[in-house]
Amino acid sequence: MDNAAIAKGIREAAKKLLGEGKVDVVIGYAKGTVPMRDYPYFAYTPEEAENLTWSGFCCNNLALYAIRRPGRMAVVAQGCVSRNLVGLVNENQVKRENLYVIGVNSPGMVDRRKVQALFPGQTITEVEEVGDELIVKGVGFAEKVARKKVMRQNCYTCVQRNPVISDELIGGEGPASHGGNLDKVAAPWEKLGSSERWAEFQESFKDCIRCYACRDACPLCYCHVCFVDESQPQWCGKTQDEADVATFHLLRAFHCAGRCTDCGACESACPAGIKMRRLTMKIEKDIRDLYGYQPGMAIGAQPPMTLFKPNDPQDFIK
Amino acid sequence: MFARRRFAVLKNLLEYAGLEPGRLHFSWISSAEAQKFQQTVTEVTEAVKALGPATRMIKDIRKVA
Repeated sequence: MDNAAIAKGIREAAKKLLGEGKVDVVIGYAKGTVPMRDYPYFAYTPEEAENLTWSGFCCNNLALYAIRRPGRMAVVAQGCVSRNLVGLVNENQVKRENLYVIGVNSPGMVDRRKVQALFPGQTITEVEEVGDELIVKGVGFAEKVARKKVMRQNCYTCVQRNPVISDELIGGEGPASHGGNLDKVAAPWEKLGSSERWAEFQESFKDCIRCYACRDACPLCYCHVCFVDESQPQWCGKTQDEADVATFHLLRAFHCAGRCTDCGACESACPAGIKMRRLTMKIEKDIRDLYGYQPGMAIGAQPPMTLFKPNDPQDFIK
Repeated sequence: MFARRRFAVLKNLLEYAGLEPGRLHFSWISSAEAQKFQQTVTEVTEAVKALGPATRMIKDIRKVA
């Protein structure tokens, strides 16, 4: 099923749910005002549901808006969003009975930076999706680009494109993965020596302006007061010094340990194009290797950081 | 026991990001194990001395202010 047909299905489902009063709000995506940036949209009435859409540019993670939200809601969920919803149910931040999941198979979202990089210095005014190709239009040009070439890396290595939980599945199930091997790319610095790792780490995060967009876009970050905003005590300095930036990114990644579903919302939200998944992917790889756990795959699963086994690895303790 | 899992992940993360191996140590010592405490502290200080002064994750106030 193509995206236009799925979008129609989502709109119909949303109108039905809102019309029957089954939910107070349908959280989905609407077409952005600039190309390749479809944004989260809250439909409270059947009329507003007309604005809902579905495309390869739905990069935000909608599970974020379900956190501690009062009332009943429906959420449009592809694989990663549904995994985060499962995680939130398991962490008691969302009640399953208040949640209606409109499941969709993810086509693999497009990295707008990769598309822009193919047209340096040119303004893209419209991007159309036709099957496995994108038609990129701008002033005086219209070119075809293979979708696979511009897909987000996390979508390429995704293993769960179908929703884990769904009350209604629009468009049916599709392939579960794109064929990328996550373990091959999960820890790109592992083969380097310590000094090169540090250099790579500094290089990757040098553009950070500490805007916290990665944190705000992340469906795992729901503390009432984040550790970076606390001033008594101040855990993390506020400057753009490399030590403060490194502290923020290491701790942000560590807080996601055993919970991150690799949805890529942080990287898509970053205004500086920082690849913070280089840290979170490494942690999730460790969690898989050490404790055999994948976050968000089953309701009722215990997060690995809240458990222990007597025979957990402990070679590092003297 | 919970801490063991968290430290395992944290240590891997810090060394993955380029903290020198040997700068971060973990040990379980009971309050009744004075000798083990003494030995561990000696080992840690020797390991850190061998690495020299830390250059990573250091905030130089003169540079920031």
